[in-house]
Amino acid sequence: MSISTTGAVARPETAAAPRGGAPPGRRLPDLARWLSPLALVLLWQAASATGVLPEDKLASPATVLVTGWSLALDGQLGDALLVSSGRVAAGFLAGAAMGGVLGLVSGLSRWGERLVDPPVQMLRTLPHLGLIPLFILWFGIGEEPKLALVAAGAAFPLYLNLHAGIRQTDPALLEAARVLGCTRYERIAHVVLPAAVPQALVGLRIALGAAWLSLIVGEQVNADAGIGFLINNAREFLRTDVVVVGLLVYALLGLTTDALVRAVERRVLRWQAR
Amino acid sequence: MAGAVSVRGLVKEFPVAVGRRIRPGEWRRVLDGVDLEIAPGEFVALLGRSGSGKSTLLRVLAGLDADVAGGFSVPRRVSVAFQQPRLLPWRRVWRNVVLGLREVDGRVVAERALAEVRLAERADAWPLTLSGGEAQRVSLARALVRRPDLLLLDEPFGALDALTRLAMHRLVEQLWREHRPTVLLVTHDVDEALLLADRVVVLDAGRITASHVVDLDRPRRRSSFADLRVAVLADLGVDDAEAA
Repeated sequence: MSISTTGAVARPETAAAPRGGAPPGRRLPDLARWLSPLALVLLWQAASATGVLPEDKLASPATVLVTGWSLALDGQLGDALLVSSGRVAAGFLAGAAMGGVLGLVSGLSRWGERLVDPPVQMLRTLPHLGLIPLFILWFGIGEEPKLALVAAGAAFPLYLNLHAGIRQTDPALLEAARVLGCTRYERIAHVVLPAAVPQALVGLRIALGAAWLSLIVGEQVNADAGIGFLINNAREFLRTDVVVVGLLVYALLGLTTDALVRAVERRVLRWQAR
Repeated sequence: MAGAVSVRGLVKEFPVAVGRRIRPGEWRRVLDGVDLEIAPGEFVALLGRSGSGKSTLLRVLAGLDADVAGGFSVPRRVSVAFQQPRLLPWRRVWRNVVLGLREVDGRVVAERALAEVRLAERADAWPLTLSGGEAQRVSLARALVRRPDLLLLDEPFGALDALTRLAMHRLVEQLWREHRPTVLLVTHDVDEALLLADRVVVLDAGRITASHVVDLDRPRRRSSFADLRVAVLADLGVDDAEAA
């Protein structure tokens, strides 16, 4: 899931290998799938070279590449990356902690669900990106509204998926654990929480995507550092090449965190491999 | 006495529900005054058609269904093996075996129990990698490792293929002879009941309607209980011409 996806609740994918297909690991990537993207880039380059696509509308792929390289060399890109990543990390941690705690409370206790779930379900229907005006009024135009936006983006998907994951625990397994003499605490630790992990990891991936998306929107507001600042600055000087570099970096960052979660999934859900 | 089971006039009713709505005041009587005495170490098979209440009786004895009228007493240590193995897929096999136990050397205890069902080499496997028969053997090991005085078996062979089921019959009989728990086996398979049990009890519409002592040497052959089979099938409302 990339940062352009914001969902609420999705089904966890099982890590199982496709049955009857080629054994995993031995399958070669289908190189033919690279043909059309490559052709599009070539077309883009050709359009730029012939002047059909003017530089002040969209820079050519070659220019973007060169600009990206030089921005990386003079340290601008690295600094921006660090600032933006730091914002996502801080905001995501706050939001994930909030969504996680609330999800546990409403998933594990009936009264918790009665008290917590209704307001959360109401709030989640608000488009959280639309909260910017309020956040600016509340927190000013510094770092705080950006972090608050990221936190709000991350909290809801995690809450919803954790709650759903806990609630769909197989009652037959809970009953077996009860017969085997497990205490309530043991049933939560050995049955309920592990059963919720696949769904919670889906929530984690969606939450990370939402965090990046929130950051991109948040950084449009009066940023004095970070990738959003880089992009906004470039816009004022009609530097479309820098804008595209910034967008590519956002995409790469989103893909990287997504890959991290997938790696965690493979490790944590290795019991699913048949 | 440890291991004895005594059921007196047991009545269990469930509220009648249409869809998700419970009809107030309407009750369906699933157990309608069950009387059953099982001696310590006795192997009793409980036969019945679907809906006869046999699984409900087992669940009541296991402490899974409360709110009953009438009385029953069971030993303190009761283990259950369900029709589905109900293993936790996210815990390795040996951890499933000792789940809920408070043993210091759980691994050793689990391995000993797994060796008894001839699965010692799968101690570290994930449950989803087991075959149906293997998973059911783990479930059996998990029940036996608790050294139960009463072992409740809820159609544990129902979901297995015919060959695996035969091997499981032998295994259960052998484990019962070694450990001598009282066993209540719920099944709808007459042959299985006559192969394994000291006594076969028939439950119909919530009441015990017949009881047969199976006084045959073990291990038994199917040919040795042909007459008894006809009698039990008759109790279940099946005449022999259909069954043969």
